[in-house]
Amino acid sequence: MLSYIIRRLLYTIPIVFGVMLLTFVLFNVVGGDVSDQIAGRAASAETIAEIRAEYGWDKPLFFNSEDFFDTQFFNHLKNTATFNFGRSWADRERVIDKIKRGAGYSLALTVPMFFISLAISVCISLVVAFFRGTWFDTAVMLLCVAGMSIPYLSFILFGQYFLGFKWGLFPVYFWPDHFPVQYYLLPVLVGVVSGLGGEVRFYRTVMLDEMRSDYVRTAFAKGLGTASVLFKHVLKNAMIPIITQVVLAIPFLFLGSLLLERFFGIPGLGYLFIGAIGSRDYQIVGAITYIGAILYVIFDLLTDICYSLVDPRITFD
Amino acid sequence: METISVNSVSSVAQNAGRSLWSDALRRLRRRKTAMFCFAVIIVYFSIAAFLYAVDIFHIPLAVADWSRQIGPEYQPPGAKYIFGTDFLGRSVFRKALYGAKTSITVALWASLISISIGVPLGAMAGYFRGIIDQLIVWLYTTLSCVPYILLILAFALVLADKTLDVFGWKIPLSGTATVYLAIGLTSWVGICRLIRGEVIKHKNRDYVLAARSYGAGSGRIIFRHLLPNVFHIVIINFSLRFVGFIQAEVILSFLGLGEKNSPSWGAMIDSARLDLPKGYWWEMTAATAAIFVISLALNVFGDALRDCLDPKLRTE
Repeated sequence: MLSYIIRRLLYTIPIVFGVMLLTFVLFNVVGGDVSDQIAGRAASAETIAEIRAEYGWDKPLFFNSEDFFDTQFFNHLKNTATFNFGRSWADRERVIDKIKRGAGYSLALTVPMFFISLAISVCISLVVAFFRGTWFDTAVMLLCVAGMSIPYLSFILFGQYFLGFKWGLFPVYFWPDHFPVQYYLLPVLVGVVSGLGGEVRFYRTVMLDEMRSDYVRTAFAKGLGTASVLFKHVLKNAMIPIITQVVLAIPFLFLGSLLLERFFGIPGLGYLFIGAIGSRDYQIVGAITYIGAILYVIFDLLTDICYSLVDPRITFD
Repeated sequence: METISVNSVSSVAQNAGRSLWSDALRRLRRRKTAMFCFAVIIVYFSIAAFLYAVDIFHIPLAVADWSRQIGPEYQPPGAKYIFGTDFLGRSVFRKALYGAKTSITVALWASLISISIGVPLGAMAGYFRGIIDQLIVWLYTTLSCVPYILLILAFALVLADKTLDVFGWKIPLSGTATVYLAIGLTSWVGICRLIRGEVIKHKNRDYVLAARSYGAGSGRIIFRHLLPNVFHIVIINFSLRFVGFIQAEVILSFLGLGEKNSPSWGAMIDSARLDLPKGYWWEMTAATAAIFVISLALNVFGDALRDCLDPKLRTE
């Protein structure tokens, strides 16, 4: 088991290197030097040279004949390994500070959203799986597919228009002076409802797999009630795929929700990311992409190690 | 006597000759809902093809001219203006039709790109194993670490307004090309993984060993023998992924990373966003309805196709 954990740990090294390489190719090779965009139209040659020096665009990409390590690629490896992403183009603030500040706002939106939708979809899927093959099952599945087919943007815009603007049930836009909880209600609601269709469908297949097992038949045969079988026996056994989903969702929780944050003005990482796309701020886009990938690698590693602790049969493949 | 033998021969031929595809088709035809959804999908594709034909042959047709002002601005839907007019007095109906063209173009190209990357790579990884397998697995594991939507947006951002240099051919990337390249280059991971797994399973089956014993080379075994036997997975995967491509196109166009010179559903939602609080609901509704109908049809049809083509995956 120890050897498994060590091998699994070593396996993350090429993956992290791959992520660094990917962000480098995207933002330095394909994206490249944008000093003229930062400097503006009326900039002098010296200003542009200064900007190129700051972001390291004056150095060769991969190979430097004078100093082997003084290339854009090695600087990129060094900077990403130490989470030093330089400064934003727009307001000169350090990118990592912006990200640290945004993560809290993002988590405040995504954590309640994720757990509410998890609880609701698991409950619905249990009930639906119990009534499998009946008209009730068909009707709920039809609703789920219909819900999955409505574009996400429409959920947000119509939700904001009707619930926030027209009927005035919720505040429409974030305003940091006030007590913030109320600003999260509507985005959380919209997020939960828009994701429900896909999640119910997913957990229904998980539950159906469990429903066919012998222990369920035994439990019914010895005269247990429906509720007790569903919530005590089936739910407990379905916990493994559910927990996998939860652990793998955590990195996404940090990153927030791009469109929801944008529309409801929540200053989290999603808001930051979309704003950076609008202003073509490669520094921020690259940093968030990289951090998202690293978080995913870490939580993937943790899941595998937890599995190996629980289940001794697992080997490294 | 003669007729009996003919009958028995034909019945044997019928039993033996029913391939996976004809069998699946037969089962699919029995499902009325799925066939209806298929008809809806065909209608959308025909609209796109028709608009391409109009563009190519310069057919002077009123419906195909989306940029013309047909009446006063912000006219509600009615007998005169089917889906109403937008802020410049253009027909929302015509814009929605052109949105179908943009979306389907993007989704088709994206599918084509990700199939032509994912399928050969997956087949090679599964067939050769060893160092090639490790490299390809490393490549797709790396890509799949980056959250999908961030990856698409990052690709679209750096590809926007770039010029593609293919062996001296300079191809400027238009908005549509940026979008389908971004989606296509990021979405091949799933199919690559599936094909790799399936090829590993098929690699030591008798038909592959037989082909090898006849002296067939690796390329021939992969493309002539293995891939046709696992290709139904590609079809299933992409009938279900198509919806995702359409929705991704909507989000990219909405964020201004997509096509700017012709209408798309995402751009319609973007321009209708500020009209909605003023009570001009029709452009938003038209775009939503257009996306909803094709997404629903694709979802239902894709599920049915999966059930018919791959009996193992069937949920019931």
